[in-house]
Amino acid sequence: MDLDRTAAKRIRAPRQPSLGRTVLQHRTLLLMCTPAILFFFIFAYMPMPGAYIAFTNFQYNMGIYRSPWVGIKNFQFLFTSGQLGLLLKNTVLYNLAFIVLGNVVQLTFAILLNEVRNKGYKKTAQSIMFLPYFISDVLVSLLVYNLLNFDYGFISHLVRSTGGEMAKVYQNAGAWPFIIVLVNLWKSTGYGTVVYFAAITGMDSSMMEAAQIDGANAWQRIRYITLPTLKPTVIILFLFAIGGILKGNFGLFYNLVGNNSMLFKTTDIIETYVYRSMMNSFNFSQSSAVGLFQSVVGFFIVLGANAFVKHLDPDYALF
Amino acid sequence: MSSHVNIGKMHATHIKKDRTQIAITVITYLLVTVFCLMCILPFWMIIASSFSTEDAIRRSGFTLWPGAENFTTYSYELLFRSPDQMIGAYVVTICLAAAGTLTGLFLVAMTGYALQRRDFPFRNGIMFYIYFTSLFSAGLVPFYLLMVQTLNLRDSYFAILFPLLMSPWLIVLMKNFIKAIPHEITESGKIDGAGDFRIFYQLILPNLKPALATIGLFLALSYWNEWYYSSLFLTSKVEYRPLQYHLYNVINKVASLKNSVAGSNVVITDLPGETLKMATAVVATGPIILLYPFVQKYFVAGLTVGSVKG
Repeated sequence: MDLDRTAAKRIRAPRQPSLGRTVLQHRTLLLMCTPAILFFFIFAYMPMPGAYIAFTNFQYNMGIYRSPWVGIKNFQFLFTSGQLGLLLKNTVLYNLAFIVLGNVVQLTFAILLNEVRNKGYKKTAQSIMFLPYFISDVLVSLLVYNLLNFDYGFISHLVRSTGGEMAKVYQNAGAWPFIIVLVNLWKSTGYGTVVYFAAITGMDSSMMEAAQIDGANAWQRIRYITLPTLKPTVIILFLFAIGGILKGNFGLFYNLVGNNSMLFKTTDIIETYVYRSMMNSFNFSQSSAVGLFQSVVGFFIVLGANAFVKHLDPDYALF
Repeated sequence: MSSHVNIGKMHATHIKKDRTQIAITVITYLLVTVFCLMCILPFWMIIASSFSTEDAIRRSGFTLWPGAENFTTYSYELLFRSPDQMIGAYVVTICLAAAGTLTGLFLVAMTGYALQRRDFPFRNGIMFYIYFTSLFSAGLVPFYLLMVQTLNLRDSYFAILFPLLMSPWLIVLMKNFIKAIPHEITESGKIDGAGDFRIFYQLILPNLKPALATIGLFLALSYWNEWYYSSLFLTSKVEYRPLQYHLYNVINKVASLKNSVAGSNVVITDLPGETLKMATAVVATGPIILLYPFVQKYFVAGLTVGSVKG
């Protein structure tokens, strides 16, 4: 009996395996992850110390760490010149418009499509709406140019042929918030509709059937069943979108606006400023100061959004 | 009696026309059809313009139907008279897309599988290490300097191949796909004495075809549409640019437009600039539009799986 017990104890309480042994035991799985670990190390972690540039007066030929240290001068300049304020305002306002309008339109289309009985139409409509998502921003800029170019644009000609006066859109900063928001809607509606549509088709259909038997009409079914069921999904997607509110869609803005400085007042976002001040004016220090500001503030906003999501539904939290 | 009433009621609801249903259906067909037209017509306009004479465009702008009398294939003839640039761009893009998609797909699948194994104690740590990069980055400048100064990749096609190979989002997406494969497959492989890599390669991969198709297409699309890294790292020294970057230059730089159709020895006095841009756009984007109807269901599948989490 006694002997049995000690033997059992010995078996039941194995020593905590050392780290080295655990590594050895799982070496194949670790090796399988190694390319990815290396990839993110080189392309994401190795540049991180380079954020130091934001505190220097960077000289290209001296490299990052031998350039003279200037403290927070770059940031001071960006704040006092009002440049950073303008970039923040544009970036945040565009994103808010994209998020709010985008979600409303996507949700509407998804709900409406769900009411369509004709399966062929439903499928075809989804594929066609999804098409703009596949197109490079380079081509998108050409499509917009086709419509709005002052001399040859489709809309310009339409306006003129009906006796109207066409503004020179590519010189008119005030027009671009509308254009960019519309183009973004055009590009993202199909994508978002598919996401919401999947959420709707995943819904429990028994409630719908019960409502139908009770005589609820289509509008009532949407109002009292579909919308409330989708509410958590909408809130969570919304919160994650808010988490990325400082991140701009560089490709869209840069291809539509490019280096047309007449439009910068209303179209310059953080990404385009960072790109231009590096590639065109070679101002590496200021460019990286703006980028670092975006990264740090953006990081805390994501953390906040994630905490909010976690509070609502831990299953959906990122970490 | 009561059952009679019930039947009567149900009958009535079926007979009584649901007016909101009719209204919603009409609105839906109207809205969706108009939006679908808005999605297609711009592409049609580019195609129509590319087959139009330059004169017609100068006279009446870009139209949906330039008219039979203005039909010409001149811009395409010019484009294919000295097709070096275009063929070069195609070759570069196809090679990058093929190499990048195959390599990326293999690495993403392998990583996704390892990180999905419940008996792998480091999976959470490694996942966080990968995911963190999408929460915080050093910004563009340090990345640019790393690529150009440390890795010396300026004017190298590797500067485009590498950054697009994988992303945290693709790895999460792959993990979600692999979750659907029963853990018993791994267990049975273990019992048969197969190593982890062999289990992945011989048992898991063959079951992953829809996931591989979806993620492969996302990768291929990002290589096909790539112009961003090209604009950062490929200077004018590079002879052949990827397709979309070539298109970008043709649209935005007059010199590139001229170079795209004529070597230095050919002089074209009146270059049909607008129609040439359109023809270049058609040739550069054509394959995507043609393939799109056959592959879009995989993208839809990817979004549905990916939107569950991450």
